[in-house]
Amino acid sequence: MLRYLLKRLFFMVPMLFGITLISFVVIHLTPGEPGVLEAEMNPKVTKQVRERIRSFYGLDKPMHVQYYLWLKRIVKLDFGMSFATDRRPVIDKIKERLPITIIINLLSMVLIFLVGIPIGIYCARYKDSVMDKILTSFVFAGYAAPTFWLALLLMMFLGVYLELLPISGIKSFNFSELSPFEKVIDVLKHLILPVCISAFGGLAGISRYMKSSLLEVLRQEYITTAYAKGLPESVVLRKHALRNALLPVITILGLSVPGLIGGSVIFESIFSIPGMGQLFYMSVMARDYPTIMGILVIGAFLTLLGNLIADISYAVADPRIRIGQ
Amino acid sequence: MPNFTLSFTFVRITEIKMPVKRLLIYALFIFLSISCSQREDVALYDNPGTPTYGDTIITASIGEPSNLIPILSTDSPSHDVASFVYNGLVKYDKNLNIVGDLAESWELSRSNLSIVFHLRKNVKWHDGKPFTAHDVMYTYRVTVDPKTPTAYAGDFLLVKEAKVLDDYTFKVTYGKPFAPALISWSTAILPRHLLEGRDITTSPLSRKPVGTGPYVFKEWIPGDRVVLLANEQYFEGKPYIERYIMRIIPDSATMFLELKHYSIDMMGLTPLQFVRQTDYPRFNREFNKFKYLSFSYTYIGYNLKHPFFKDKRVRQAISYAINKKEIIDGILLGQGVEATGPYKPDMWAYNKDVRRHEYNKEKAISLLYEAKFKKGSDGVLRRDGNPFEFTLLVNQGNDVRIKCAELVQKRLSEIGITVKIRVIEWASFINEFIDKRNFEAVILGWTIPNDPDIYDIWHSSKQGVKELNFISFENKEVDELLVKARHTLNREERKKYYFRIQEILAEEEPYTFLFVPYATLAIHKRFKGIEPSPSGLTHNFIKWYVPEGQRRYKINAAVSP
Repeated sequence: MLRYLLKRLFFMVPMLFGITLISFVVIHLTPGEPGVLEAEMNPKVTKQVRERIRSFYGLDKPMHVQYYLWLKRIVKLDFGMSFATDRRPVIDKIKERLPITIIINLLSMVLIFLVGIPIGIYCARYKDSVMDKILTSFVFAGYAAPTFWLALLLMMFLGVYLELLPISGIKSFNFSELSPFEKVIDVLKHLILPVCISAFGGLAGISRYMKSSLLEVLRQEYITTAYAKGLPESVVLRKHALRNALLPVITILGLSVPGLIGGSVIFESIFSIPGMGQLFYMSVMARDYPTIMGILVIGAFLTLLGNLIADISYAVADPRIRIGQ
Repeated sequence: MPNFTLSFTFVRITEIKMPVKRLLIYALFIFLSISCSQREDVALYDNPGTPTYGDTIITASIGEPSNLIPILSTDSPSHDVASFVYNGLVKYDKNLNIVGDLAESWELSRSNLSIVFHLRKNVKWHDGKPFTAHDVMYTYRVTVDPKTPTAYAGDFLLVKEAKVLDDYTFKVTYGKPFAPALISWSTAILPRHLLEGRDITTSPLSRKPVGTGPYVFKEWIPGDRVVLLANEQYFEGKPYIERYIMRIIPDSATMFLELKHYSIDMMGLTPLQFVRQTDYPRFNREFNKFKYLSFSYTYIGYNLKHPFFKDKRVRQAISYAINKKEIIDGILLGQGVEATGPYKPDMWAYNKDVRRHEYNKEKAISLLYEAKFKKGSDGVLRRDGNPFEFTLLVNQGNDVRIKCAELVQKRLSEIGITVKIRVIEWASFINEFIDKRNFEAVILGWTIPNDPDIYDIWHSSKQGVKELNFISFENKEVDELLVKARHTLNREERKKYYFRIQEILAEEEPYTFLFVPYATLAIHKRFKGIEPSPSGLTHNFIKWYVPEGQRRYKINAAVSP
């Protein structure tokens, strides 16, 4: 087991290297350069000024030199300074936006699992019933409905007409004047819509997964055996079927680790949530190379790590796989 | 509205079983008691009241400021915030005349080569230190320092010598008289005592600015908002509005919802929002709508190296064939005026008596026949067998321009010209098409500078890579006039030069000038003292006020920077 783990960890290094190389080249090949992009077509920006800005960012060096310099820093875990005009360390910018993204993703993931798994179980148990069809339509509607459209409708209804929920942002304008308890409530109220809407879109995947996996198990002979020896249905489902059916779900859990730090641009823009999606989008638009690379490296690392965790937890949960090795 | 809430929930609750129902009702009560939605008092916003100190104005911005040291940023949110925190030596008043800001007065030397600024005494930085001429000197030095990555060094690089005469007198000397010189000193003056000897690019001031302006920086919650508080010691008097909050709302639809929810007080509107979507009693009861001519115009630029567009008759013909009024009425919903040249009608440099290309299809066709085009039996114009067709480039994300392109396409097809429209993402648009002169015609816009110097756009020497005369316009007379106007300080004389330039441009028609749009805004009615003017709205922001009975927000936090 340990050897396997080390081997996997070791192979992550060249993989990460390859990912960074490809990303670096692709980003630098897109037209437009940092700093000057906003100043494009601005009469006050003279040619000398342009050159000055380019050399400030080191863009006058050939690309392989730039990559080498970047790589030299990144192995020391130094993500460098942002090329955006705020020139802050990339790591600060990421740290500032990571918590809210993780909170929202985590909450919506919990919600997805809490709602999606029961739906899946229900649909498998009462397959082809009317309720099964209604639930299936419901989760697919969530999957298919464009987030921005749904979000705007709900904001208009719950925010503007009923005035129940705040429309956007994560804190009220007078946040600093609230008591600690009011602060928590304030943030929670701001989080209701974003979390629910982002969870709504994810229900389909997990509930379908759960359903098909449980159906698969229910067809097994040992389930028939369990029924035959007279166990009540609830015990059969809970003790025998569900345990096995949940195994593939663990894999999904592992694979959603990198998703935790990624945010959707459209979604975050609509709710004015200062999260990772917006940061990434704005960095791409401003050609802020160090920030883009920083986010990509972290994302790549988490993806590889998530895969590893999925594999390991699968082995831990399922004795067949553990012994097979 | 509340009635609606209750009945709605009531219907739902009756359908649910008893214990669950009770729970839901509790939940609802808790929820309602928490959601302290601001009920607007039916205040008489029509009563102008008297100016008093207090209340908060909440504005919104699509983008987040990037850097609050203005010389280091090029985005408008940064400059909007910075304009409240810093002062320049001079500024524009509401009618676009130059008046003193940190400078009490100034005098020009007889040769017009140097300016001596007499600075205000007793001005304090927000941290309490006195403001002196050394701060001005520092600002100049750091701007021209080659190590500073600023986009605004251009004007200051023309300074031959800058000198501090005493603590409150500052002198600059130029190599040549330079008309925009004075207004170039409207740049934000930075605090020397906090910056000198340190690397400006990593200074904490870029996140926590310290200036001399009417508002003091309070806090910046990244991605969420910037908060400023009124400067008690401001040299023109403390601003009436106690607090300024700029919320960052990246989506314009969300921003509009927030406006309708009264959670922001001021927002720029699109023509559709201005004319239709805000035209209902409840909105009109709460908001005033303002408009003023914005400092920009939209145009079609022709690549003058193109064999067809070389001929000015062809360009004039296209201008005649395009119906500008239809563009303004149809796309801007009337919120704009026809552009006749590179200035807007309420500027002193604007010449209204230039040749206008009113919509006239016959004239367009006859001009094209003069230019040796012939209409074939298929209705297509041809010259020497080449059909008249061209590609009109538009940048992605600008709906108004894309719609303009479609109207132009339709109008030109009526006289036998085929127009293809290509929409391209901004960075490629500039790098692949404009910079490489790889285009036939484009729809673009320019910001109109307050000072009418347009040398960079029209002088024939400005055709290099990344320079702005990308259409390759060359006219000896315009070149001469531009240089003369630039080095003349007498306004009447300058005016003559710019009038002549506009006449030539209207005759040569290197651009088809389309329109100057109105800037349209909604501001909550409780704010009084707003005066729309040629320079916009915020020129007298510190005099805006909310009468006592109409205030909406209280400030509990002690006012301290």
